[in-house]
Amino acid sequence: MEVPILKQGEFLIATIQAALSDADLEHLRLALVQRVVRFRSRAVIVDVTAMDVMDSFASRTLREIALMIRLRGAETVIVGIQPEVAFAMVQLGLTLEGVGTALDLEEGLAYLNQKFKNIN
Amino acid sequence: MAKRESPPRGAGSKEPNYPELPRNEAPPELLRELVAHLRQNRTHLREEWLRRISETRLLTAMTKEEIFAEATSVYDSYVEALETGTFEALQAYARNLSERIIPRGVETHEVIGIVLLLRDVLARSLFAKYQADSEKLNRILDAYEPAANRIANTVAVGFVQERERVIRQQQEAIRELSTPVLQVRERLLILPIIGVIDPQRARQLTEQLLRGIRTNRAKVVVIDITGVAAMDVTVANHLVQTVEASRLLGATVIVTGLSPEIAQTLVTIGVDLGKMNTVGDLQGGIEQAEKLLGYKVVPVSDPR
Repeated sequence: MEVPILKQGEFLIATIQAALSDADLEHLRLALVQRVVRFRSRAVIVDVTAMDVMDSFASRTLREIALMIRLRGAETVIVGIQPEVAFAMVQLGLTLEGVGTALDLEEGLAYLNQKFKNIN
Repeated sequence: MAKRESPPRGAGSKEPNYPELPRNEAPPELLRELVAHLRQNRTHLREEWLRRISETRLLTAMTKEEIFAEATSVYDSYVEALETGTFEALQAYARNLSERIIPRGVETHEVIGIVLLLRDVLARSLFAKYQADSEKLNRILDAYEPAANRIANTVAVGFVQERERVIRQQQEAIRELSTPVLQVRERLLILPIIGVIDPQRARQLTEQLLRGIRTNRAKVVVIDITGVAAMDVTVANHLVQTVEASRLLGATVIVTGLSPEIAQTLVTIGVDLGKMNTVGDLQGGIEQAEKLLGYKVVPVSDPR
């Protein structure tokens, strides 16, 4: 399933809408990096509000997305992790270390805007 | 001897499965005679019972009128249980009664005491009636004894179960009271922890905090553990997990009030203190939180 990726000025916003298969996640990783390159984006927000489960593969893929995007000089922020999901993740030791996080899309944008002092 | 098992109870009621009364050993006419005797002499026997209760100074927490009212109900339930050989109604009544008298301060030994007194009063009246015919007396007692024992048991167990339910309820309430999540500024939450944290409480704390972060859109949380004397490895790990999970929701956690003992525990278990933001006391923690949030607290200029 294709994850919609929207361009918002210098940012990209990917909204995950349902449970993704491993193949979908890999596809997302590729699509995001390609777009960061094409649009010279400065940051990517991945909205996982609709994910009610986060397994180790998904967690690792998100980290890899962040690392790859950082190699292009861009920032990644994961937003919308649900309390129950967060709890389950830390119990499994999946901490998304090194990846930015924010409560939701609004907070994520505020964080990035603050960081880059952009008007978007 | 025909013994039928009672039907299995639903979850939450752990009453042992007693077999039904062995009715073959108590011919129905005997039981009927017994029950008739108890009904006929109801007033007299009840008064006798009440007299014994006040003599032994039981149920001092209740008034005479209350004792009379409850005694009447207990007596009638008792006789009905004897008559029908079923105990569900009695069990329900015992629970209901317990719910009413426990808040009044009635103790377990009092409840068991009065039930045994009733048993005694009724047994003595049977002795009195049948003393001339010892063979009949034996058979009457054979009918009476197992049922009377079961009744005493049912009432006592009902009372104790109700007490345990109340205790569990109170423990739950205490648990909830002890972990409030408080908003002290926009985007700033404080979680003051006091007392003993066991793994279950730690888990509840984490869930409450995460929900609080989302509801209040908190960006900084100060967890104060000044009131926690000691922490074992499991709970220390829970604390670390709480910090990590909060970060996943975009909130920074500052832990304040670590006692020397707890600091030692954390160092010993090798907690990555780089992951944990700690400040000496709550005041310092709030000041740092305010800084993180971009607040500055200045004195209002002197009106003089």
